Amino acid sequence: MSLFSDRGVVLRTYKLGEADRIVVILTEGHGKIRAVAKGVRRTTSKFGARLEPLSHVSLLVWSGRSDLDIINQAEIVDTFRTIREDLDRVPKGISLLEVADQISQEGLADPRLYQMLVGALRALSDTAWNPELVAPAFFLKVLGLEGSAPVLDACASCGARPSSSIGRDSDRHIAAERTPERATEDEAGDLVELVAFDLVVGGMLCQGCRRGRAVSAEALDLMRRILNGSLSGVLRGVQPGSEEVTQIATEAMETHLDRRLRSVRSAVGA
Amino acid sequence: MYTGPLRSLIDELGRMPGIGPKSAQRIAFYLLKAPLEDVTRLSNAIVVMKERTTLCSICFNISEGGGLCDVCDDAQRDGSILCIVEDPRDIVAVERTHRFKGRYHVLHGALNPLEGVGPDQLKIAELMERVGNEPIAEVILCTNPNLEGEATAMYLAKLLSRTDVSVTRIASGLPVGGDLEYADELTLGRALDGRTDLTTVRDGSTTI
Ligand SMILES: [Zn+2]
Ligand SMILES: [Zn+2]
Repeated sequence: MSLFSDRGVVLRTYKLGEADRIVVILTEGHGKIRAVAKGVRRTTSKFGARLEPLSHVSLLVWSGRSDLDIINQAEIVDTFRTIREDLDRVPKGISLLEVADQISQEGLADPRLYQMLVGALRALSDTAWNPELVAPAFFLKVLGLEGSAPVLDACASCGARPSSSIGRDSDRHIAAERTPERATEDEAGDLVELVAFDLVVGGMLCQGCRRGRAVSAEALDLMRRILNGSLSGVLRGVQPGSEEVTQIATEAMETHLDRRLRSVRSAVGA
Repeated sequence: MYTGPLRSLIDELGRMPGIGPKSAQRIAFYLLKAPLEDVTRLSNAIVVMKERTTLCSICFNISEGGGLCDVCDDAQRDGSILCIVEDPRDIVAVERTHRFKGRYHVLHGALNPLEGVGPDQLKIAELMERVGNEPIAEVILCTNPNLEGEATAMYLAKLLSRTDVSVTRIASGLPVGGDLEYADELTLGRALDGRTDLTTVRDGSTTI
């Protein structure tokens, strides 16, 4: 038996025996762990509410020969009470946990995923921010982390790049390079526009290649802003295209996982 | 390792909650050595329980032979106050307090998005029907104080806010006999929110 300490977010729990639970935790340094919390279901448990899903905790864990670790101590870093006590935020928080659970692997440390989950939970618990885009932004960022970020700057099928942009840095760069031809292109009327999103190729498509769902310019801009790192700007206030981005991000994540996201599809928050 | 009837009994026992392969084997060997009449009594008890036990048609508590449960059948119980629980075993827990004289409604679960349990899988439509038809003045949300139970309580509170019953939630607080220093932040925070005023004299023995 060896003892280790780490920080982590409780992703889910399962009942075990009379009064125990198996707690699934995404830790910073040890990847996803499955550990037994003995007696946690008793009202007199020393763990109390500390090992409920959503809790961000600092842990002391016994690691033995069996595939289940044993939780020795747990202290709260953050309870995320604003999430758990808001009917609108709870399902969104649970969908973050579900995706983190599906993406993470046991025994394989992924500190970036852990940091992104903690960051997303903090954003979701901050009442000054709009909760609508937290989960879709997290999904898109995680897809990026997995090397499966949706292609947004060129047609994912034929590679054509838009010569005009709706104001993002990467596009401005492309537009500047192409400035000499721009006038002729405009005159010729064959401006490339990215107008649809296809889940199979994982990105935007031009008019010529279009299939899948149509995507508005606002939604495309929003996805670019999310993936280019300006999250704090995106999460402040109401953004046009939010609903489209929520659907695209959810479907892209489901395609990546090859599995439906139960928490997103549940009717609880509706 | 074992074959035939012994093997199949061990398999059946092993499917029960909280019984692992070792316990299943121990129970099977205990039954093997027990007198036939003891084993017959046990198997009869299981079959009779299964045949006679039904759910109360009003509150979905455990009842016998298709009738109403003991609580719904008791004319002394206060029909204006309804306690909502997740499981029939929670009724037993509340009854043991001797503090509640109203009636119950059993949801048979809690909302659990990760397990795909939504409102349609619970006795929520039946609850709303009762609230519409019975002279209910107050609904007490007595679901578990965990993530699923809290989400269920919030969901029901929102649904019931469209009706004219008053909706209350059981308080969260510290276990009596415990030490404050061991309390977790969430529980202690809720206990502070739910603090009671001691300057007005209260009759501690009132039941609801
Ligand atoms: Zn194309
Ligand atoms: Zn009944």
